[in-house]
Amino acid sequence: MGVKVVRRPELTFWEKLYVPQILCGLKITFTHFFRNLLIHIAHRFGRLRHLRAGATIQYPEELRPLMSRYRSRHRLTVHADDTPRCVGCMLCETVCPARCITIVPGEHPDPNVEKYPVRFDIDLGVCVYCGYCVEVCPEDAIRMDTGILDLAAYSREEMQLDIHQLMNPSLRKPISDCSLEFPHRCGLADGEMKGSW
Amino acid sequence: MIEVLLIKFVLAGFVFFLVLNLAGLHTWVERKQSALIQDRIGANRATIFDVRLLGIFHGVADVLKMFTKEDIVPAGADRALHTLAPFFSVFFALVTFAAIPFGDRLVLGDRVIVLQVANIDAALLYVFAMLSLGVYGVILAGFASRNNYAILGGLRATAQMISYEIALGISIIGVVMVYGTMNLSEMVRAQGQMIGGWIPLWGIVTQPVAFFVFVTAALAETKRLPFDLPEGESEIIGYFVEYSGMKFGMFYLTDFLETIVVASLATTLFLGGWQVPFLTPDGFLFPWGGELPVSNWVYALLGFASFSIKGLAFLFVFMQVRWTLPRFRYDQLMSLGWKGLFPVAVVNVVVTAVVLVFFGEAP
Repeated sequence: MGVKVVRRPELTFWEKLYVPQILCGLKITFTHFFRNLLIHIAHRFGRLRHLRAGATIQYPEELRPLMSRYRSRHRLTVHADDTPRCVGCMLCETVCPARCITIVPGEHPDPNVEKYPVRFDIDLGVCVYCGYCVEVCPEDAIRMDTGILDLAAYSREEMQLDIHQLMNPSLRKPISDCSLEFPHRCGLADGEMKGSW
Repeated sequence: MIEVLLIKFVLAGFVFFLVLNLAGLHTWVERKQSALIQDRIGANRATIFDVRLLGIFHGVADVLKMFTKEDIVPAGADRALHTLAPFFSVFFALVTFAAIPFGDRLVLGDRVIVLQVANIDAALLYVFAMLSLGVYGVILAGFASRNNYAILGGLRATAQMISYEIALGISIIGVVMVYGTMNLSEMVRAQGQMIGGWIPLWGIVTQPVAFFVFVTAALAETKRLPFDLPEGESEIIGYFVEYSGMKFGMFYLTDFLETIVVASLATTLFLGGWQVPFLTPDGFLFPWGGELPVSNWVYALLGFASFSIKGLAFLFVFMQVRWTLPRFRYDQLMSLGWKGLFPVAVVNVVVTAVVLVFFGEAP
């Protein structure tokens, strides 16, 4: 067993006086105080906007900047005519480790396109936000870049998103006249997707 | 006779109103100043009819919360003493203000009103007596809680306050010797003289060492941060563990009140109280020969403003110190009090005495 001698730092005479050290500390706090006070006052008059007076982000009003790779709520990308890019290949449903994706494919009216999703539901209460669905998609039809992270609901059912909510991220709560069962037949379009496709 | 009584009541009410509101505002100052020091914004969400005013209503919200909280007296605690302790604390912190002159005088008709609640001859002794009695609140709170940790906290607090009171008292003796009076009014008046017509003869000029010792010991007396071992809100258990609701609030109020007491005492003793440089009851008399007469009301207001500004500056510096320094260890605290401040104060008294004997009257 070796003995390790720990040397406690002894205070020098200058430090034992306390007062000079206290003044050093006060210099730091006074600098911060007056700098921040000046910037706050300048902000009141619309000046010095590029300087921040504090590190605080006032959350509900001011959102924290996200990294571009951040995985937030899913969305389904759409074609120019607002139809989903999804071709109902079931790859994402297959790869999903949490099994939160439910797809019901249907035959596409356009003979050049094989399938389209009749239903595309994601249960966010089960989702683990791994991003595998995004990686596996051959059509770039699903992405996790909405920046929506304040997902909260009073029941498990409200955490379940249907294809309308996935295609339109502004529909953040279930639509009122859409009776949601999961997996559900959407009451808005009689279970069918809208559009002439 | 009745008018004299009425005037005293008005003065007392004025001081009461001012001091209690200042203590309430102190919570806001504490929040905001610490926020600015630490690059934060500070509590700003309490509103009254959507008026935020930089979160100034958080004090009101605090008090409402305190009053509506459950008031718990632990089983087996001495109910009467447990209730009495916070009242003791607040009472002795409040009565101290009676002796502090916050202005010179106001002439109304043929009546001269001294802007001081009670002009006591031994005001300094009175103030220190009341400050010392404040310890009773602390020790009672610890003792009546029937909680071993609370008793230990109370004993810690008592030991700290008593040892720093000695340094505090001895640092004052130098000031008393220089001005030759215990009467705070007289003391402030004596500080109105000028050295060579330029430098005001304030306590900080004649007794700089005493000033340092006084401020340090006074900070310890208020139980605020570098010396907050009695309370240790965040980790050590202090003497008010068993208190909740407004009783707890009263202990907190005492802290702020004591800070204000100490600030006004420091102003009175070392910064010339209500003295404004070059201002005499007749008006400004500048050493270069200028003259600017002021009316009676302006004179009283200027004095009061001078006292307030100095006091608020002290509060600001105290707060800054509170948010700058970490807490002392208990043995460091005791050795600073007994081996540091106490000898310095005694030496200061001796040196002052020698200087006064050899150079006659006050310098």
